[in-house]
Amino acid sequence: MREQIRQVIREHGHLAVDIDGLADAADLYQAGMTSHASVNVMIALEDTFDVEFLDSMLKRSVFESVDSIAQALTEVGVPA
Amino acid sequence: MADFRPGTPEQEEFLRDLVGAGYLIESGVAGVYGRGDAFERVRLGFDAKVTAASETEAPEHMVFPPLLPRRQMEEVGYLKSFPHLACTVFAFEGDEDQAAEQERRADEHGDWSEYQEMTDLVLKPAACYPVYPAIAARGALAPGGVMIDAGGTYVFRHEPSGDPARLQAFHQREIVRIGEPETVIEWRNRWRDRSLELLRSVGLDATPDVASDPFFGRSGRLLARSQRAQELKFEVVVQIAGPEPTAVASFNYHQDHFSSVYGIEMAVEDGGDATAHTACLGFGLERITLALVREHGLDQDRWPAAVLAELGL
Repeated sequence: MREQIRQVIREHGHLAVDIDGLADAADLYQAGMTSHASVNVMIALEDTFDVEFLDSMLKRSVFESVDSIAQALTEVGVPA
Repeated sequence: MADFRPGTPEQEEFLRDLVGAGYLIESGVAGVYGRGDAFERVRLGFDAKVTAASETEAPEHMVFPPLLPRRQMEEVGYLKSFPHLACTVFAFEGDEDQAAEQERRADEHGDWSEYQEMTDLVLKPAACYPVYPAIAARGALAPGGVMIDAGGTYVFRHEPSGDPARLQAFHQREIVRIGEPETVIEWRNRWRDRSLELLRSVGLDATPDVASDPFFGRSGRLLARSQRAQELKFEVVVQIAGPEPTAVASFNYHQDHFSSVYGIEMAVEDGGDATAHTACLGFGLERITLALVREHGLDQDRWPAAVLAELGL
């Protein structure tokens, strides 16, 4: 799952750095992801994993790191 | 057609009072009103107070029409964030037969939209939008940046409502600050505090609050919560015609959103450039006028002398 998450961030996160150099816990916003880019990441994750995030998950902290995204995806039923 | 949002009974009654007393003139379309003499005196009085308060910082003045090049709306991502509020200008394109058919349908108030083509204009949804490309065209900014007073021009949001405080066409008095990040944040916060003094000086019980823009849909919820979490937007709210207080001014830090779109740079001493950051403030002049009428009554002769003096009335 984490490699697919990384691929989505690589394509849609507009990071200022290469995601390969970031740990799973690294702050994506610190790495240059804007709020508008996080929306594109959110939509692409839903398409990739064919799930819909809960309304309560549509907040900044959920899309902060590969780890936090993985946790949310697990909660909506994506196998770890 | 956007859904009509009825006002509360209190809001509908306030609207009837405003029309009855000559403040507003009905047009037949919700949220679009003429302004009578009593309304304009107050609106222009407060607008002048904003001018007086800002002149100490010697802003540059720019005035733009209530229309915006469609390309600018596309560039700033408005249709991603607020597709439900945008309004696009269409115009007739066709031959004489088509013009005749269009007129026949229009005469019956039918659907004549098939003879209309999109133009390169939209209705301006925020007074500050034309400022950013105008500043970008000048090249890198000197240290300290610029402050631009974009005046109090008509803006448009497509959201018909029975609440007189939710107009489709209204005057937004906007001032823009472009510069180093710390410069624009300090300016934004200072003006938020100054606006409280301005509003309280005319007898309004104004309070500041962290806020978010009315972003569209599920992605909009993420944007709105991100905006709040980062405290990018503050509003000053006043009670008008319940149940919730109404925002009458907003103070917005855009980070590098507009400067990235248009390439607004700060010249730096070692010869390079750094991306500028931007902030804007907006006073909703109609809402402030309505709040004043709500607070002090329909009869301006009975308003407190100190308030009349502050407004130059």
